[in-house]
Amino acid sequence: MLEQTMSNVKVVEGSEAVALAVKGCRPEVISAYPISPQTHIVEWLARMMANGEMDTEYVRVESEFSAASVISGSSAAGSRSYTASSSQGLLLMTEVLYCSAGMRLPFVITGVNRALSAPITIQIDHQDTISLRDSGVIQFYVESSQEVYDTHIAAFKIAEDPQILLPVMVCMDGWILTHSYERINFIEQEKIDSFLPPFRPANFLDVNNPKAWGSYSEENVLMEFKYSVQQAMQYGKKRITEIFAELARITGRDHGGLIEAYRTEDAEVILLAMGSVVGTIKEAVDELRSIGKKVGLVKIRCYRPFPHEDIWEAIKAAKVVAVMDANFSMGSEGALGMDLKSKLCGMRDTPLVFDFIAGLGGREINVKTVRRIVEKAEEMLNKGLPLSESYWVDLNPEILP
Amino acid sequence: MNGERGANKEALFVSGHRACHGCGLALAVRHILKATGPDVIVVTPTGCLETFSSPYGYSPWRVPWIHHLFENAPAVASGIAAALSAQKRNNVRVVVIGGDGSTFDIGFGALSGMLERGDDVLYICTDNGAYMNTGGQRSGATPTYSSTTTHPVGRKSMGKPQLKKDLPAIVADHGTPYVATASVAYLKDLRKKVEKAMTYHGPRYIQIDTPCPSGWGFSSELALEIGRLGVNCGLVPLFEMENGSLTRVRKIRKKLQVTEYLKAQSRFKHLLQEDGSEYLKELQEIADQNIAKYALITSS
Repeated sequence: MLEQTMSNVKVVEGSEAVALAVKGCRPEVISAYPISPQTHIVEWLARMMANGEMDTEYVRVESEFSAASVISGSSAAGSRSYTASSSQGLLLMTEVLYCSAGMRLPFVITGVNRALSAPITIQIDHQDTISLRDSGVIQFYVESSQEVYDTHIAAFKIAEDPQILLPVMVCMDGWILTHSYERINFIEQEKIDSFLPPFRPANFLDVNNPKAWGSYSEENVLMEFKYSVQQAMQYGKKRITEIFAELARITGRDHGGLIEAYRTEDAEVILLAMGSVVGTIKEAVDELRSIGKKVGLVKIRCYRPFPHEDIWEAIKAAKVVAVMDANFSMGSEGALGMDLKSKLCGMRDTPLVFDFIAGLGGREINVKTVRRIVEKAEEMLNKGLPLSESYWVDLNPEILP
Repeated sequence: MNGERGANKEALFVSGHRACHGCGLALAVRHILKATGPDVIVVTPTGCLETFSSPYGYSPWRVPWIHHLFENAPAVASGIAAALSAQKRNNVRVVVIGGDGSTFDIGFGALSGMLERGDDVLYICTDNGAYMNTGGQRSGATPTYSSTTTHPVGRKSMGKPQLKKDLPAIVADHGTPYVATASVAYLKDLRKKVEKAMTYHGPRYIQIDTPCPSGWGFSSELALEIGRLGVNCGLVPLFEMENGSLTRVRKIRKKLQVTEYLKAQSRFKHLLQEDGSEYLKELQEIADQNIAKYALITSS
């Protein structure tokens, strides 16, 4: 155990925990738009700056599109850069994020998960950040405010790794994490500084070494540019695991690697999920284990790159995997379900995979919901029924057209 | 490339790029950089300049140059300016060189934000009056009654019926300390304006008329001549606004009729046919209003 003093333990709002993590990472440029929607994160940062606690350029822009563009420019100029957004705001950043990943511009974004219009809502699901999964942005999903604090500190180091150089998005559920108060262990500034040295990229916009960035490409090079992002993603799996482990040694807190396998040994039914719902699932797993059911959980921490090797190790002995997707690809199924099935396809003796759509637009998921999902998965397994369509949990047929 | 020869020796934008023959924009860029000197980072949105100056593996730019997207050059520039400030690289300035489509239309929101914040960026719009990189589509900068591929002349159309957006005035109304218009037909004047803009801090805006042989429909050796006709008929007024006040204009010594300018370009050729006279009259009125508004002619 590392020694803990009162001074580095405090009960704070989830948004403040993120802001304190960002402050600890000493970004040179922050840019943000305050709405569409936003959270307290950027207000906490503004307050820290107003009080002289942070020395950062804060560019207050007219849209999320510009927020992402500002930090793309500052990253290219060699400054550690950060923004936060949510829901529609993340979609408005989409074009910028694809481009910055392609140009290998590292920065960190907090993606606060909320549903997308229409209908308009302020409630939670993962549709917003899932919609960015193909962009070349590395995505982490977190269970708690402690994990979101620690993951942000790792995120800058991962983004800025010379062999990665990609935007990193730390995804956290709105309200449940951003607006709730949790006891957080903070890392001393000296420890952050030695873990995360200043950003000094080999290439930046430099009048002494002028280079052209963002050139026009043709069919002779575009595929190689795209493949190099995939190479960075593949390399990232190993490097992310190392960086998480390095941080765990400093903090004494191990949240896992690319995934966390929870009570999966000898499990027949394994739930696969990500985000704050994982805490509820762990409770359900404990309950089910206490009555003799062989149930486990795989929590995905790193969604892009997709850690299918680690997932396979955790699920290969199970009979069925019940995937819980807080998103849906209209006309198909949930993204996690698709990802897992595509990786298992062609392998032998794989568990069955059932895709459950749960929690869209803030629909409550409690321990009972999880138990019903497990029961449904067992029922279909026993009947030998394949589930070709996603199963929408707690859908109310009475209000359907 | 003959980068070290002749005119290229000192240039920061050298030959070997892929601009069309007689391109006003390419000429403008070389003279802009002559005036800024080497300690600048140039941001270019998607458009003609990006396409002809950046085929991967080749670059005519001898200053650091970045292209990101079509509609975000002002925000990218703001980010670079913020980084330079954070890093205390105070000798380096940021210059955007973007086309009228990006500036007047799709990137206008980002431009307005950059101006309102007062970021230290010199924004130069090279205005050829349409989306020329893609074959000449209508933009907010397209002049009245010009024919474009998205608002062509036809039995029921005389081309763009609306006025050109008065962007210099809109920029000036943001409280921008230095706003100017220039033309590649007057290169010394252009360089002077860029030089003056570099003495200011905060946002600055220069709009440069860059005749486009392929888009406007004239022979490539005539680019500067067409530019001069535009200025001297009053359709392209050249002026400077400092801290909101008109401080200098380029006087017209010998006023030309707008027909002299219009008849030299195929984008306006429909106006010179029989049924064009009332439209010509309207364009002459626009030119006369410019002459009065900016006092382009000294009354003796």
